[in-house]
Amino acid sequence: MAYSSILDWIVYDNPMESPFYPFGDAYNLPYDIAYKLWDIIGGTLAWLVNLILPDTNVGLRISEWLVCTQTNNFFALVLFMVIIFLVAFIAVLISLWEERKVLGRTMDRRGTMIGMWGFLQCVADGFKTFMKDNVQSTRADKMTYIWTASLIIGTSVFIDCLIPLSGRWFVVDYGAGILIVMGLYALAPFLILVSGWAQNNKYSLIGGIRAAEMMISYEVPMLIIIATMCLLNGSFNINDFVNNQYDTVWYIIPGIVGFITFLICSTAESERAPFDLAEAESELVEGWQTEYSGMKWGLIMLADYMRGATSCGMIVILFLGGWTLPFIDLTATGWTTWWPVPELVFLLKAWIVFFIMIMIRVGVGRVRTDSILNLGWKVFMPLAILNLVIVLALKVGGIF
Amino acid sequence: MAQNECQIPDTIAIAQGAEVTKEMVDQYNAQSGQMDMDKMWIIMGPQHPFSHGLWTLKICADGEIVTDADPIVGYLHRGWEKEAENRTYPKIIPMADRLCYAASMTYTHLFCMTCEKALGIEVPEKAKYIRIVADEINRLQSHLMWLAAVGTDLGNYTAFLWASREREYWMDMNIRLCGARLTTNYPRIGGVRNDVFDESTRFLRDLYRCCDHFDKSIWELINLIDNNSTFTSRMIGNGIISRERCANLGITGPAARGTGIDYDIRRDDPYDNYDKVDFEVPVLTTGDSYARYMVRMEEMIQSVKIIRQAAKKIEALGEKAPYRLKVPSKIPAGRTFCKLEDPRGESMMYLVSDGSDQPYRLKVRSPIFVNVSSSKDLLEGCRIADVPVIMAMIDMCLGETDR
Repeated sequence: MAYSSILDWIVYDNPMESPFYPFGDAYNLPYDIAYKLWDIIGGTLAWLVNLILPDTNVGLRISEWLVCTQTNNFFALVLFMVIIFLVAFIAVLISLWEERKVLGRTMDRRGTMIGMWGFLQCVADGFKTFMKDNVQSTRADKMTYIWTASLIIGTSVFIDCLIPLSGRWFVVDYGAGILIVMGLYALAPFLILVSGWAQNNKYSLIGGIRAAEMMISYEVPMLIIIATMCLLNGSFNINDFVNNQYDTVWYIIPGIVGFITFLICSTAESERAPFDLAEAESELVEGWQTEYSGMKWGLIMLADYMRGATSCGMIVILFLGGWTLPFIDLTATGWTTWWPVPELVFLLKAWIVFFIMIMIRVGVGRVRTDSILNLGWKVFMPLAILNLVIVLALKVGGIF
Repeated sequence: MAQNECQIPDTIAIAQGAEVTKEMVDQYNAQSGQMDMDKMWIIMGPQHPFSHGLWTLKICADGEIVTDADPIVGYLHRGWEKEAENRTYPKIIPMADRLCYAASMTYTHLFCMTCEKALGIEVPEKAKYIRIVADEINRLQSHLMWLAAVGTDLGNYTAFLWASREREYWMDMNIRLCGARLTTNYPRIGGVRNDVFDESTRFLRDLYRCCDHFDKSIWELINLIDNNSTFTSRMIGNGIISRERCANLGITGPAARGTGIDYDIRRDDPYDNYDKVDFEVPVLTTGDSYARYMVRMEEMIQSVKIIRQAAKKIEALGEKAPYRLKVPSKIPAGRTFCKLEDPRGESMMYLVSDGSDQPYRLKVRSPIFVNVSSSKDLLEGCRIADVPVIMAMIDMCLGETDR
């Protein structure tokens, strides 16, 4: 299906009938809300204008011009994006809370404490970073310093929102679903390198270079594994991935080698311990984040967690069957009409994968740069190719 | 133009657009030895997460490889030795606590021992054993604090918090012994401040319990760190220093025993009653960070062994035995030198007394002040990532270094 531009569907009276309609059922609710709200706003506006200019039809004209299908669709789209973002944001907050609570308990301390089970600690910390002073280095390249941070945060939020939660809760469904996520994911090393340079700080510079060299060495095996899984699946489409896994078997079984490699690579990709050497606290203060303060730093931390959540989502989609369960047809049970069962299944799987990452963080120290590069090129690269060979053999043998 | 008029390139003129001639560059290169554009000096400290305390380590990095290192100490200098000259001897005891925050009792002990040696008195048997127990409790505290710091330097907070948790038990023992956690003010010239047989504190009972608990919990930490290649690969083969170089620099304590120098004052020149307890001195010959780590871990196990024996001796001596002597307030004129095995190395005090109740001069030799001078030998050729780990094995304590 050709998907030329966003304007193509805006002109349709009912976007659901448009051949370019790319959204899931999740779009229905914002569409209805926008329709009603826009109607009320248009009527109120006409009434107000009529009060000022009685005995004319200017108000009616304005409201007719304003309350049309196109503006309504646009308004619905904005509302839809906000809802998608909020859901993804809350999912990330829960994984943040999960990490801090689990880390706290394993380290024999309490972990987060504010709110029920400490859930509101993230909100309190966000408020704290918001209230902090924004200190900027006078020697830094200010424009670069700001736009690299914005782009890192922006791309992280973007990829987090692009991960579908179920067959009906997604932003867009199109052929290159996995490619766009990985493409945006791969922007970060470049941005971190530029940001580390722009800050005019030695720690930031070393941190930026470390991040870049580390991420490059991990992206290659990661992309080989993704290409392999797409080969197994026969498509880049995320929905196809999940449906095919439901029809056959979770891809963790043919791709167990790829699963383990991908899990470790995505830990490195989202700069989590033990691969957090770009922000190695003991020697580089905060690495490339040293010069960011206040809300900028808070948002960068949040972006880190969004990237972590995205990696977990990708693992669930590529290997663990997405929002389906084996042998159970969730739609046939009838619960899915009113309850977000597939969405919760997806999120639970993602949180379980995140739990594995947290347990890795509990027990290991930071790895040195040279050993990370050795690991990336000499261990994970052959493993990724081994995965490719296994999958090719299965494919040629006609099993999949 | 005279030769010395153009020594420094006119940076303001260059910034405003003046042309940089080849002569200027050559002259600059000739002055600075070479144009070290590929090397940069990274200043770690004084407010840096790696420096546990206020000190600075300047390292010269060629990419990720360290080519030179230069420690700078002195930020915490407070004139301790001069201040001691204006105080009577008993008033120096609480000051000596402030020399080291992690093992305060050892310095108080050392000062009291120096004064006793100058007076020529022998402290009661029970006081000697109580001092041994107190010293070893402080050694355990200090080593656990060091282990916690190693955990953060290696990038793991579990080790940090678990070691801190174990340290709390020994801090509680300090409270049972003398009522304070850090600055204990416990040893006295001629004995110790109070007896350990107190119904309200139950010191000895809890000491045995604490030892039993620690025997198990030390293995949690050993299993966490030694069975994990992310930790051991950062330590094995890093920060190597030879036995000869170590001896020439005057390095003492666990850092020296990690290079094969088999020397411990507690065994080779025993003070108090260390010759009457049975313990081993761990010595390793590899001389890398891991050897220093292993020596400290083994020392903790040995400390528990010493505490058990000394506590049994205290029990055998009973409640009636004296724990403190009355001593004169004035020390006769003379020069006294005394040394003691600190958790970090060999601390010494040199007392010049003039017959009054105040010292004429009191010199402190801190082991860390000497040990940190080896940082260039330790760090040369290692990577930036290894700097915190290697320097953590020295176990910096700025209170005693700067005095």
